[in-house]
Amino acid sequence: MTQHSIDKITIQRAQYWRKNIQYLLALLLVWFIGSYLTGIVFVDVLNQFRIPGTGFPLGFWFAQQGSIYIFVILIFVYVFLMNNLDKEFGVLEVDES
Amino acid sequence: MSVQTWTFVLVGFSFALYIGIAIWSRASSTKEFYIAGGGVSPLANGMATAADWMSAASFISMAGLISFRGYDGSVYLMGWTGGYVLLALLLAPYLRKFGAYTVPDFVGDRYYSQTARIVAVVCAIFISFTYVAGQMRGVGIVFGRFLEVPIETGVLIGMCIVFFYAVLGGMKGITYTQVAQYCVLIFAYLVPAIFLSLMITGNPIPQIGLGGIDQESGMFLLDRLNGLHSELGFASYTSGEKSTTDIFFITAALMAGTAGLPHVIIRFYTVPKVKDARISVGWALLFIAILYTTAPAIAVFARTNLLNTVSEQSYSEMPEWFTTWESTGLISFQDHNQDGLIQFVGPEAQTANGNPIANELTIDPDIMVLANPEISGLPNWVIALVAAGALAAALSTAAGLLMVVSSAVSHDLLKKSLLPEITERGELIAARVSAGLAVGVAGYLGINPPGFVAEVVAFAFGLAAASFFPAIILGIFSKRMNRYGAVSGMIAGITFTAGYIIYFKFINPSLNTQDHWWFGISPEGIGTLGMLLNLIVATTISQLTPAPPERVVALIDHMRMPSSPGE
Repeated sequence: MTQHSIDKITIQRAQYWRKNIQYLLALLLVWFIGSYLTGIVFVDVLNQFRIPGTGFPLGFWFAQQGSIYIFVILIFVYVFLMNNLDKEFGVLEVDES
Repeated sequence: MSVQTWTFVLVGFSFALYIGIAIWSRASSTKEFYIAGGGVSPLANGMATAADWMSAASFISMAGLISFRGYDGSVYLMGWTGGYVLLALLLAPYLRKFGAYTVPDFVGDRYYSQTARIVAVVCAIFISFTYVAGQMRGVGIVFGRFLEVPIETGVLIGMCIVFFYAVLGGMKGITYTQVAQYCVLIFAYLVPAIFLSLMITGNPIPQIGLGGIDQESGMFLLDRLNGLHSELGFASYTSGEKSTTDIFFITAALMAGTAGLPHVIIRFYTVPKVKDARISVGWALLFIAILYTTAPAIAVFARTNLLNTVSEQSYSEMPEWFTTWESTGLISFQDHNQDGLIQFVGPEAQTANGNPIANELTIDPDIMVLANPEISGLPNWVIALVAAGALAAALSTAAGLLMVVSSAVSHDLLKKSLLPEITERGELIAARVSAGLAVGVAGYLGINPPGFVAEVVAFAFGLAAASFFPAIILGIFSKRMNRYGAVSGMIAGITFTAGYIIYFKFINPSLNTQDHWWFGISPEGIGTLGMLLNLIVATTISQLTPAPPERVVALIDHMRMPSSPGE
């Protein structure tokens, strides 16, 4: 491999990794807000409100239901983002079989 | 048919199914034994992970704990699911790419150090045995209550089943049995929940019924329960009593612990590709969420039913379930005021003229899920189904944990440390023998449980959070992290966490109150502080010592992408 193409690969690695970290930070921010802030830190504030038409105090709902739904959605969003990123950088795995 | 006959039929049928699967999926190589040949589909792996993860604690104890603690029980719901987000984003895909067989294997290779590997082996074995004792205990309770055999016999039967498919099939056998066990346990959990939701709120979906209207009183169910609680002197159900700091730290410790538990991590070695590892965590959490979002609904239904059935009712007219559970010692009644009625009240309860009322009824939260169908008068087959589901949950987790012990011994201790010359055949035999021995030890712990199973579970999570979780994350995300940093970080984290828990739980349990805790953090939440300590120590030490060698840096580069660009 020539020096030029090795440099190019190093740059691509760094770009891929930076993008990956950006996705992680954004998703972990939602993760933190959707559980620690809504369900724990501000739970009493949110409990003053109710989900309309139900008996759920909002903070309690986040702590026992909403946070879990958010977690599931976050992982599927992550999968979607990373699969696209892999495609963009041409680093999809080849089938071994 | 009676409950007992139904239980024999359903439990017998499910056990036959597990054995059949074990015979069909025997392992013939170490790769099959340790990681099921690396060819499990992401969906199947997600189901297996869900069964692996959801133990007797999730199935039997969790809804009961929430039922007794209300909002404070949220730590389990958020902690045991939020950890999967960390697992998906920070661990699973990279570990899959790295391609190790066990967690100590990753730690040993990434930190080019036998010391690191041995520290990891010791942690993995300790965490797994701690956990497995609780599972075997769950098996014993179910057998004792529903099949009316002695707890010892129950544990022995459970051991034989696990021995059969773990020793024969290794990870491959365990994986496909866990898929079946997931189906059994989720069905068993949902059926009574749907029945109850319909009976109480008229809505078949428990997650919606929880926020719905109580058919009997015409009020929102949660409002009615809060009303009952304040009438009887309990703390409000939807707001709880623990401090915000403590809830925060416990949740964080459970999340990091979940992501650092070796039996969960190794499940993601079994799928073919990085892409599969990512989506597989998503499936796993989806399957787990079905149970975890149902649990708080069951907790509220059970609590309401319980208060309605026992409060101020005559002791002599209690239904049959009351006396059966009383004979197991998990319910006890003491008629302090000799009025023949049951006063089930909280610490704040007062009579009309301001005198305190003494509580007369003690109920172990562990029985809530198992007794719930009986309390609500559901058909016998539903009661039996819950017993079969509880066994599936306990056995599937026990098998996954035993696998960690067996591979830590045969792969990390023998193959990679003591006997590097061992042949493939020899290693496979060693793996089977150590799996067999591990089943024996687990059974012994189940029959003679250390009196502190609940306490040691806090231990397992705290240690996983303070040791593996930071060590693995740093190994992936920091190229500068070297063996000196990782090993000293793990040792600092474990020593601190273990010291704090041992002090408050075993040496000085009388001081285990909020006034004496550091920063108001209970022993259950201290793993979070241990994890931060690990991160700080590891980062500082690694800055003061030589950087890792070139080949390790190349390994990190390799691990960070599914495949190299230009390949």
